[in-house]
Amino acid sequence: MKVRISDDAVALACGADAVAEAFVSAGAEVERVSSWGMHWLEPLVEIDGVGYGPATVASVGDILSATSALCIGPIAEHRFIAKQTRLTFSRAGKTRPLSLEDYAATGGWTGLLKAREMGSESTIETVTQSGLRGRGGAGFPAGIKWKTVAGAQASQKYIVCNADEGDSGTFADRMVMEGDPFMLVEGMAIAALAVGASKGFVYIRSEYPHAIAKMEAAIKLSASIIAPFEIEVRVGAGAYVCGEETSLLNSLEGKRGEVRAKPPLPALEGLFGKPTVVNNVLTLAAVPWILANGAKAYADYGMGRSRGTMPIQLAGNIKHSGLFEVGFGLTLGELIDDIGGGTESGRPVKAVQVGGPLGAYIHPARFDLPFDYEAFAAADALIGHAGVTVFDDSADMAKQARFAMEFCAIESCGKCTPCRIGSTRGVEVLDKVIARRKGPEVSGIVSPITSPTDDLDLITDLCETMKYGSLCALGGFTPYPVLSAITYWPEDFT
Amino acid sequence: MKSDKLEEIIARHSGREGPLLPILHDVQADFGHVSEQSIRAIAAALNLTRAEVHGVVSFYHDFAATPKSSKVKLCMAEACQARGVGALRIDDGKVEPIYCLGLCSVGPAALVDGTVYARLDQTALDALVAAR
Repeated sequence: MKVRISDDAVALACGADAVAEAFVSAGAEVERVSSWGMHWLEPLVEIDGVGYGPATVASVGDILSATSALCIGPIAEHRFIAKQTRLTFSRAGKTRPLSLEDYAATGGWTGLLKAREMGSESTIETVTQSGLRGRGGAGFPAGIKWKTVAGAQASQKYIVCNADEGDSGTFADRMVMEGDPFMLVEGMAIAALAVGASKGFVYIRSEYPHAIAKMEAAIKLSASIIAPFEIEVRVGAGAYVCGEETSLLNSLEGKRGEVRAKPPLPALEGLFGKPTVVNNVLTLAAVPWILANGAKAYADYGMGRSRGTMPIQLAGNIKHSGLFEVGFGLTLGELIDDIGGGTESGRPVKAVQVGGPLGAYIHPARFDLPFDYEAFAAADALIGHAGVTVFDDSADMAKQARFAMEFCAIESCGKCTPCRIGSTRGVEVLDKVIARRKGPEVSGIVSPITSPTDDLDLITDLCETMKYGSLCALGGFTPYPVLSAITYWPEDFT
Repeated sequence: MKSDKLEEIIARHSGREGPLLPILHDVQADFGHVSEQSIRAIAAALNLTRAEVHGVVSFYHDFAATPKSSKVKLCMAEACQARGVGALRIDDGKVEPIYCLGLCSVGPAALVDGTVYARLDQTALDALVAAR
């Protein structure tokens, strides 16, 4: 009997190793695979397609005798999985992450072979036609970026994979690297072939030790397959701002991770001044499927100008948490209430932050918002890297707004004034707003000059300055969570 | 002894493109901090100014100029906030905040010497701290 258990960081953090050892002790053969992405059930145990979770050491006996109350039935038929369209995550839960044999048996390297047959121009055309947009947050068309790099004349070009997944509420990059690392290698190799690059870097944050180890191993194992293209893993050093592409390039060069002014675009003057493709993990990971199945097959999913699928990450206080890949267009309400089952605490949903620390807080009254780049932008919100963090009614939105400013102050690279100074002033003013809520007797603030509404006017004004005056998205988007909290939960600020 | 080790680290990476961060990571891992002496040696080897290397060391949270003990790195970011990390009592001397481990669906989460922990309650966090 073969028992399959994930060795993804979520499974490990939830005790998967101890459960796996208990199965071995009980005489079972254990295979460590990638995670299905049903995180509320981790450690999830699979035997002949049937799932049991969350498994504990004590439950091993019952699971082996198929009498366990933790049984969820056939995993692939579970509603959470059956309702998804898994293209990028088609192997999730099914293959051993570092098995070249498993990868090849599930269609691996087909996209790279196709790209080699088609040549550079047709490969770029295919990616352009697929409608694939940058999954890191900016949503820039990948094919157009590639074309710019391909057209640049230079002695050396680079592929840089941005794996500095720092947004709270996101983990899809980590899951790709830990669960299906060869897919990322293949995506980078296709990009290299398309633009004429000989060297690639994967810049992974140091907070992801398991992803670093898996990527390093996968690159070694597949070196001969992607040769003469070479990939190297580089480890970040705990700076959130290095997820911004120009700051990431500076960091790779061994400099302070300060943001560069654009232009010049990295596509023309990127790493070490050479033309560079900088793409997010999910963007590059989507490429092998697109090449293998054709641009149209990918573009058939989605809505409007948001084509294909998005691996959405359901996080925070949500009952059914994990990875939910689906074509663009699903509404937030369907995602959170129907798929996610509401909050884990059982209390009403108060707010949902989409897009990480720089994303707006969305009120349940706006849950009809479809998951689409343009629809979100029109609603003063952003999809970002598609992390969805759910808060129940115990959340204090003034404190969440203050945290957004505080986080910006901690992580600002210091290059531009609106972000560096604005975030600190934002924390100070919001501290005053929060203190004032208790009344002048407790807060000690009895200013004859400023009133509570003056403070909120000041914050709004400061946010305008940060939004339009900052060099990058850190200072530029921090106003989204702050202003959305003030607009939709005014009662928390008075 | 120490300078041999430092030279060995520098030599290991000096042929790479952009060798400074890989060198600093290894120095931090082996010595627990990046000392003034190390900064000067690295600067000389890479043909950088002392100020340039100092600027990089001070920029990144992972590098420390003075020795620091390794602490329980507890995620304090939004998803873990939504899952109650704010209600945990924290010993500042043994716990340091970190912003996101990608375990946002099973928080509160922590990283201790390369090992990850999730679904932490006060008892589990206290046990991690006590083991330090």
